[in-house]
Amino acid sequence: MFLAGGTNLVDLMKLDVMTPDVLVDVRRLISAQIEDLPDGGLRIGAGMTNSELAADRRIRSRYPVLSQAILAGASGQLRNVATVGGNLLQRTRCVYFYDTSTPCNKREPGTGCSALDGCNKDHAILGASRYCVATHPSDMAVAMTALDAIVRIQGPGGQREIPLTELYRLPGEEPQRDTTLEHAELITAIDLPPSRFSAHSKYRKVRERASYAFALVSVAAALRLRDGVVADARIALGGVAHRPWRAERAEDALRGRPAVEESFRAAASAELAEAVPLRDNAYKVPLAGNVMTRTLLDLAEAR
Amino acid sequence: MTTIIERRAIGESADRRDGPQKVTGTAAYAYEHRFTNPLYLFPVQSEVARGRVVRIDASAAEALPGVIAVLTHENAPRLADASDRELAILQASDVAFRGQYVAAAIAETLEIAREAASLVRVSYDEEPHDSQLRADRDDLYAPAVVNPGYQTDTEEGDFDRAFSSAAVKLDATYTTPMEHNNPMEPHTTVAVWEAGDLTLYESTQGPHTVAGVLAQVFGLDRDRVRIIAPYVGGGFGSKVLHANTILAVMAAQLVQGRLVKFALTRQQMFSGVGYRTPTIQRIRLGATRDGRLTATSHDVIEQTAKTKEFAEQAAVPTRTMYATQSRRTTHRLAALDVPVPSWMRAPGEAPGMFALESAMDEMAINCGLDPIEFRIRNEPAFDGATGLPYSSRNLVACLREGARRFGWAGRDARPRTSQQGRWLIGSGVAASTFPAIRLPGSMARISYAGDGRYIVEIGATDIGTGTWTSLTQIAADALATGMRDIDLRIGDTKLPEASVAGGSSGVTSWGSAIFEAARVFRDRYGNRPSEGDQAQAATPENPEANRYAMYAFGACFAQARVDADTGEVRIPRMTGVFAAGKIINPKTARSQIIGGMTMGLGMALHEESLVDGRFGHVLNHDFATYHIPANADAGQFDIAWIDEEDTHVNPMGSKGIGEIGIVGSSAAIANAVYHATGIRVRDLPITPAKLVR
Repeated sequence: MFLAGGTNLVDLMKLDVMTPDVLVDVRRLISAQIEDLPDGGLRIGAGMTNSELAADRRIRSRYPVLSQAILAGASGQLRNVATVGGNLLQRTRCVYFYDTSTPCNKREPGTGCSALDGCNKDHAILGASRYCVATHPSDMAVAMTALDAIVRIQGPGGQREIPLTELYRLPGEEPQRDTTLEHAELITAIDLPPSRFSAHSKYRKVRERASYAFALVSVAAALRLRDGVVADARIALGGVAHRPWRAERAEDALRGRPAVEESFRAAASAELAEAVPLRDNAYKVPLAGNVMTRTLLDLAEAR
Repeated sequence: MTTIIERRAIGESADRRDGPQKVTGTAAYAYEHRFTNPLYLFPVQSEVARGRVVRIDASAAEALPGVIAVLTHENAPRLADASDRELAILQASDVAFRGQYVAAAIAETLEIAREAASLVRVSYDEEPHDSQLRADRDDLYAPAVVNPGYQTDTEEGDFDRAFSSAAVKLDATYTTPMEHNNPMEPHTTVAVWEAGDLTLYESTQGPHTVAGVLAQVFGLDRDRVRIIAPYVGGGFGSKVLHANTILAVMAAQLVQGRLVKFALTRQQMFSGVGYRTPTIQRIRLGATRDGRLTATSHDVIEQTAKTKEFAEQAAVPTRTMYATQSRRTTHRLAALDVPVPSWMRAPGEAPGMFALESAMDEMAINCGLDPIEFRIRNEPAFDGATGLPYSSRNLVACLREGARRFGWAGRDARPRTSQQGRWLIGSGVAASTFPAIRLPGSMARISYAGDGRYIVEIGATDIGTGTWTSLTQIAADALATGMRDIDLRIGDTKLPEASVAGGSSGVTSWGSAIFEAARVFRDRYGNRPSEGDQAQAATPENPEANRYAMYAFGACFAQARVDADTGEVRIPRMTGVFAAGKIINPKTARSQIIGGMTMGLGMALHEESLVDGRFGHVLNHDFATYHIPANADAGQFDIAWIDEEDTHVNPMGSKGIGEIGIVGSSAAIANAVYHATGIRVRDLPITPAKLVR
């Protein structure tokens, strides 16, 4: 197993949640730089720390949603150590996944999902299965999902590139697999496509305390307006699903609509129409709707 | 009291004597003393909540190089006294709660011990368990007394009649969740058992208490047990004595002559070192149209463990807070298959006053009165709990001074009337109280060291509150000398006996002993003692306690900002005004109060131990998922004291301040959230989930 910053993996090893036989420290194998791409995009080395990425001037000016998302996560100390690749691959914070004395299909396939009928206030409302209702914890990945990021992967058979949305998977019957990575594949970089309207973007994270908490719900959004009408939108949600949730239904519902609260609320409702709340997390449906609406409205009013 | 002492050091904002050691990391906490060749302990905890261990296979663990032994109920030392079932671990195969110690690995390194513990295979005969508190149980019972010895139920006047005929009424149920103390320093024992002598470096609030219990449990002479605890990183009630210490001593007994180190992980601190019981509290208030209480009742349902009873006294503050023509208070318990609940900062007052002070806010609204005015109208002439007059009671002064400092005047009482951007803004107030407790059993010894210097010895402990400094101040005034001439010695059972650092009783109990010893010393040796002159005295009984009811009071104000879209709550500022007698050291006292009010903020907004009834243990057993306030959650604190000096309580004129800060803080915030949003949250914590619409 690959080790970079170790801010999640080492914790999981201490708790016997993950017990790799071999650790390969990849910090010197992968780039820790940002490169400008010929098409105007950026290539982010997967070994870069979260702090360095959030502070980069190009990120702050051209993709502010990404910088805001990173700074909304963890603590300064953790961001100084955690890498971009590791952030993408961090495991769920489901309390049952972390507790080896309880059943968990993600940790031990076939044992059952304890959260399905247990304490699930933090769990998924979209795209879950009866095998797993966990959420992905990353803030950074939510912003990258909205930004159409491309993941560059090095494997034994060579290099490949996939959209970030295809890196993650829904739990289905195999919740032990967070991603579509194959054995021995390593994320080397993340490409951000050239910025068309991502400079007009925003990240909003809702959490139970003012800092150092995972999102109950978060929204990454970018908006392109023309004459008071939504020309295009990119929206992703965090804290609601097994993967950062690209809100394509909401995006579709918005294109060509006036940039007013009613449109945003209707778009949010379209996205959340298929939400399936559990015992303790029904609040996430109105919360996600409100946060999407407010974030888009803020972007519309800021232009 | 009779002695009038000039107070020169008392009342000074003296710097902490241990400040330089603390900030340079040289103050040795229990785990950090220099030890040679220690062993390490790591426990195996039960993965069932009720049943029996049928088989333990420790062969893989024992085969690991570096493992000294694996303790189980089959080979553990037999205890001389196993009557306290919380402490009687590894004596039998039965399991009483999930997380109970069923084995422990002793090894040359912590890593080996931890690995070995993970290799121990335990088979259980599991029985159905019951680990969740509900109000609709048919097996609730009334304990004989509630902590520490209060009457379980009280009845004054005819509550039912008064309530049914009251012009204005409230009948509401409030709940508080299970909460865990979580001091910064984990519970730690470093134990060595050598030639019949047992020595512990222990993170404890009561070194002598621990020595006494260990002597009894292990069948040792009390003077062969020594506890060393110069610095303790917080306790909040959870560090008196729990099974973790017993386990470490058992290991030390087994390996004779070698030190055994055992510090709990954060996760392990969520089972077996106490917690605050969840509470379900029904409050009924009846009043006249002009807002005078005619009927008050407070009925509390809580949990305890089947193995050992702890009854939190949540309704007790209702017996003293307000004047009322009739009053009923009751406590009922459900005995569950859970770890034993215990003291957590202001047991009783913290959850009880959340309910009462929320209810007082609701009732003020029902009466159409300002909540401060409503409280003032119901200010009692005497203590309803005892019928005695108060030695001092300055709640009204606290409310008025707090209102002035906070800027309460002109507040629009209607909820949801103030907004800045998407922030709904509100303000709330609540009263606080905590009894002024004096524990017996402390002894102070004063010796003259020559050159004007005095050695003052008492086996008290500083759990982070500033005892090193405050007792030095008290000794200086008691001996009419300067602080620099006092060589204070605490934190060791080689020193004279001292009561536990709990119940906000330390300064009263220990300080009174020091005052008494100083009086005896001066009576015997005058003002020109010779080197080696020595006197000691115990904390005297206080005859005033039979004549007066003694409590500290306070008023807590909070401003709340609630995001209209998300229900996120932020508390930008709080004001706390306290009437707690003479403040020995305003600087360390301010820190304690800020800490208490912040803990109340955590109680209001964050803290909740989640138990899944199918498993029976706390799931969110780490700081990623059990939230306590982060720095960004704690806004501005304005702390002030009412000038009060109550020599009925003790010769210093002080009351305790360790706990009153948390009392009232959660209700003030809940009341402010109501004022901001119009949503009354009666179930703590107040999370976005409960406010988002």
